[in-house]
Amino acid sequence: MAGRIKIRAQKKGEMTEVKALMRHPMETGMRKDQAGESIPAHFITDVAVLHGDQPVMQAHWGAAVSANPFLGVRFQGGQAGDAVRVVWTDNQGGTGEGETTIR
Amino acid sequence: MITRWCLLWLAFPAWADEGVFDQYRDLMGDDNPAIFVIDEGEEFWYQSQGPSGATLEACDLGLGAGVTRGAYAQFPRYFADTDRVMDIETRLIHCMETLQGRDRTVTAAKPYSLRGDFGTELEALVTWLAAESEGVVIAPEQGHPKERAMYALGEEIFFYRAGPHDFSCATCHEQSDKRIRLQQLPNLTDHHDAADAYGSWPAYRMSQGLVRTMGWRLQDCFRQQRWPGLTFGSEVSIALQTYMAVNAAGGIMTAPGLKR
Amino acid sequence: MNKTEKGRVSRRRLLNWVALLSTAVALPARAWAAVTRPDTAFDATALDQALMALGETPTRHEGVIFTTPDIAENGAVVPIRVEVDQTVLPNVSKVYVLVEMNPNPLAAVFDIASGTEVYIETRVKVAQTGNLYAVVESDGQLFMASRETKVTLGGCGG
Repeated sequence: MAGRIKIRAQKKGEMTEVKALMRHPMETGMRKDQAGESIPAHFITDVAVLHGDQPVMQAHWGAAVSANPFLGVRFQGGQAGDAVRVVWTDNQGGTGEGETTIR
Repeated sequence: MITRWCLLWLAFPAWADEGVFDQYRDLMGDDNPAIFVIDEGEEFWYQSQGPSGATLEACDLGLGAGVTRGAYAQFPRYFADTDRVMDIETRLIHCMETLQGRDRTVTAAKPYSLRGDFGTELEALVTWLAAESEGVVIAPEQGHPKERAMYALGEEIFFYRAGPHDFSCATCHEQSDKRIRLQQLPNLTDHHDAADAYGSWPAYRMSQGLVRTMGWRLQDCFRQQRWPGLTFGSEVSIALQTYMAVNAAGGIMTAPGLKR
Repeated sequence: MNKTEKGRVSRRRLLNWVALLSTAVALPARAWAAVTRPDTAFDATALDQALMALGETPTRHEGVIFTTPDIAENGAVVPIRVEVDQTVLPNVSKVYVLVEMNPNPLAAVFDIASGTEVYIETRVKVAQTGNLYAVVESDGQLFMASRETKVTLGGCGG
């Protein structure tokens, strides 16, 4: 369940457009559960999009990014069949990764 | 998988075209986190659990043991083996007990996520099964006398006023083109609205970060009406689902939807 | 609240991130260590505090194209898009997204490889009606665009 990423990568003219949806609660640490106990902060802090071996974008996130976060980016170049990967790490040391090929 | 991506946009309620949220939905696109929950539900179906270590693969959802394609669209329905009308959730609890040996007092104790949870097994299974009925015509069985009686009971409850506000379901859901604040209210007595509404549950609730089921939605309605709590798997719950499903019959399943 | 939980970079976590990227990228770990998370900015609880932690006060620039909805159906998921017109604002290396009325205004930071087109979409939590800011860094200077997004109260949640 944890760590999953669904990625689509498509050519748009000269650009490649990547749309990634990530499975993560992005818990802020400010909520309390039904019993009144604090729900610990649990959110992705760093995420990167890679074209083959080449990082095209790296991001740092706070807990204000929505749960099950979405990330869309465009980068120059890329050919159909190239690998696109997304990787992340969170504040609890968890990691996630996903891969697709450009269509 | 591609079909799911294409059909998910249909999950947007038709009445959102009052315009207010068009720009919002447009910018949102069609990436619905429910797609993860679909996969999770499928995994639960094939997972060995309980004292017997069986999976749910032999579960009969009305179309024969293990047939999942199109099954959700025909609920609620009568089952001879239990001699009663069941919704998809009570049927799953039944299969967990009979096939996997899992105690129903445990499986039915907490069917729905609470704040801070990331989804329950039942929510995931219902999401996957709804996706297995994607694009299928809504066609709840009404051939058996108990099925028809369940519809009649649902209709009676729908118009029954109670609670400190003297609300019935009809108070909010009997007229067309009404809203509460900026939220459109479906007229559940009207086939078109009922089909849009019923066909888009279960749905990813953005404000909750969870996929919620039709059964959960009814529980929340009762809470919002300040009615007594709706018991999970109760006759009242199944009756109301039957009423909505029959009014929606002929429409198309678009679930899982994407809702605020 | 435990600062480590809120995202202050612990040495172990930074090493985890660098290690993960290294295995993904087959680049020396050192290559990614340069891009550090601006924790002070993330921890800031007011907009001007966050902006101070990022640098100077940004000036408005029409080259920053910021798209947010006028009205969000709910505040937990608000889609946004940041683009930069490179013909009027070149060499953008960083994009910051801030939500003024949030407990911690800085929501996200994007590091762009120099010379690359800027086109970013994501979804952020917006606690209440207020301004959202897209701030970009170009050759060490900060430029921005802002938009107000209204957050509605729910009806009954259908």
